[in-house]
Amino acid sequence: MLAFVVRRALQALLVMLVVALIAFTLFRFVGDPINQMVGLDTSIAERAQLREMLGLNDPVVVQFARFIWHALHLDFAISYQFKQPVVALIGERFPATIELAFVSALFALLVGIPMGVYTALHRGSWLSTVFLTVSLVGISLPVFLTGILLIFLFAVTLGVLPSFGRGEVVHLGFWTTGLLTASGLRAIVLPAVTLGLFQLTLIMRLVRSEMLEVLRTDYIKFARARGLSERAINFGHALRNTLVPVITIVGLQLGSVIAFAIITETVFQWPGMGLLFLIAVQNADIPVTAAYLLLVAAIFVAINLIVDLLYVAIDPRIRVEARGV
Amino acid sequence: MTGVDAEVPRLSITRRPSRVAAFFDHDLVYSFLHSRVTIVAALVTLAIVLAAVLAPWIAPHDPFDLRQLSLLDSHLPPAWAPDGDRRFLLGTDDQGRDVLSAILYGSRISLTVGLLSVALAAAVGIALGLVAGYVRGALDSIIMRAADVQLTFPAILIALLIDGTIRALGDARNEQTAFWVLVLSIGLSSWVQYARTVRGSTLVEKNKDYVLAAQLIGLDRTSILFRHVLPNVMGPVLVIATINLGLAIILEATLSFLGVGLPPTEPSLGTLISIGNKFLFAGEWWIAIFPGVTLAGLVLAVNLLGDWMRDALNPKLR
Repeated sequence: MLAFVVRRALQALLVMLVVALIAFTLFRFVGDPINQMVGLDTSIAERAQLREMLGLNDPVVVQFARFIWHALHLDFAISYQFKQPVVALIGERFPATIELAFVSALFALLVGIPMGVYTALHRGSWLSTVFLTVSLVGISLPVFLTGILLIFLFAVTLGVLPSFGRGEVVHLGFWTTGLLTASGLRAIVLPAVTLGLFQLTLIMRLVRSEMLEVLRTDYIKFARARGLSERAINFGHALRNTLVPVITIVGLQLGSVIAFAIITETVFQWPGMGLLFLIAVQNADIPVTAAYLLLVAAIFVAINLIVDLLYVAIDPRIRVEARGV
Repeated sequence: MTGVDAEVPRLSITRRPSRVAAFFDHDLVYSFLHSRVTIVAALVTLAIVLAAVLAPWIAPHDPFDLRQLSLLDSHLPPAWAPDGDRRFLLGTDDQGRDVLSAILYGSRISLTVGLLSVALAAAVGIALGLVAGYVRGALDSIIMRAADVQLTFPAILIALLIDGTIRALGDARNEQTAFWVLVLSIGLSSWVQYARTVRGSTLVEKNKDYVLAAQLIGLDRTSILFRHVLPNVMGPVLVIATINLGLAIILEATLSFLGVGLPPTEPSLGTLISIGNKFLFAGEWWIAIFPGVTLAGLVLAVNLLGDWMRDALNPKLR
């Protein structure tokens, strides 16, 4: 068990190092950092002095080590376009993205699971067919198109929901939240639905296929034979056993949610990290790009590691395998 | 023995079915003709592909010919609206370009980028997968670890990153460069699936007798890999490629929509939607919605075809 944990942790560390190397290469070799920092009238001597001062003449290995050292202290230099520390920029926008991801995941779970259960229990009913068809269309629609269609319908035509921004936010220490004001709650609806739609279809299909499989097993037949009510069988026995894979997938998908947030945030001008990253890519703002990359990698690697470890904790078969190796 | 001899003449009498009959008897064709959804999907795909290929001949206007454009014609609604113009069936955009023609040319660009990037991803993935599975050792470890790392991140993020890096290095505003940068970013963001599948099949194939025979007659590695092993691992690759085509088209549209894909002077469907998005609030919905519906229809149809192909080729589901 311990050996398995250590091996997975080492692998995670290796992935982080590789990503750090990519981020460093971007940072150091794509464009000249000095050119980005100074104006046109800076003399060559001053440039050389700045170069020496920033340690850009040191061996690359030393620079890479310094980059990692700074990254560990959350120091990602100054953004080229905003002239502010990158950490402050990301810190400002972090809560917006996390809130959006959280609300959309909640929406996907709360709507997707009942829809999945329904389509599994009532196979062939017209409503199930509608759900499945809609989910197929949902998977085929690009995220940005879903967003535009929702804006067109709810913001432009019906005029009931705002189409951009976060509404009013409340400051809670370092965190800002839009979930406590009416305008903030109204503003999050469309982006959260847009972002959650793909997860919703995924969850619905997963719950459906897992339910269909579980309903065929012997212990469900046994529960029927014992005379338990349909309700107890469907929800107490069947649904419960489908939830482990569902929660795993939702957890693993959290990373994709953050990635797709780039698109959703752009469509809805949501002031989160994704929008920041996109503007950074468009304007070749390498410090922001590198920092975002490292942050997202850290989130992904952490999620994967936690899921792997949880699996070992939950499923004894994997534990035996892990010990065997 | 005599029993076997007696069988021979009867066997020689049964004629081989003709090529056409064999074609219609094939499992794939059978399952195709028995799935209405798949037939519709194939027809939609065919229609869009044909329209895209024939765009220069069937488009009512040439949206790139500045002499034909007139700002007087800009912002016209579709022909059936009260103040629509019969010359422009689906209306015009802010430059006075015919939306229908722009969609025809746009699907042409979207499909080209999609097909080229899928071809690139497949080529890279197949080559790396074959080598990893056949050579094994350190090379295998390096390739598969790289695949693991890349698989940790969604394709859109990797495509954005490659796209952004190349843009930072050089000038990608040029139409020609933007096109190839897009193909490269999408292609390199999705090679992993091919590599994994091909590696798996190669591991199985390399121990078969025909490979051993090829090795024994002294063929070199390259020709064993590409002339003997490759044809035997191509089946699953075709399925992945079909499914990934829809994904590649979505990726292209997304990147273009985000403003890091194709420029407005050479618009793909994504660029058209991005242009139309600016006028959505003014109530000029046709500029964004028609390209959007085309894109969604195309992707849905391609995805359905991919699903059908996967199920039809999967012996477990038969």
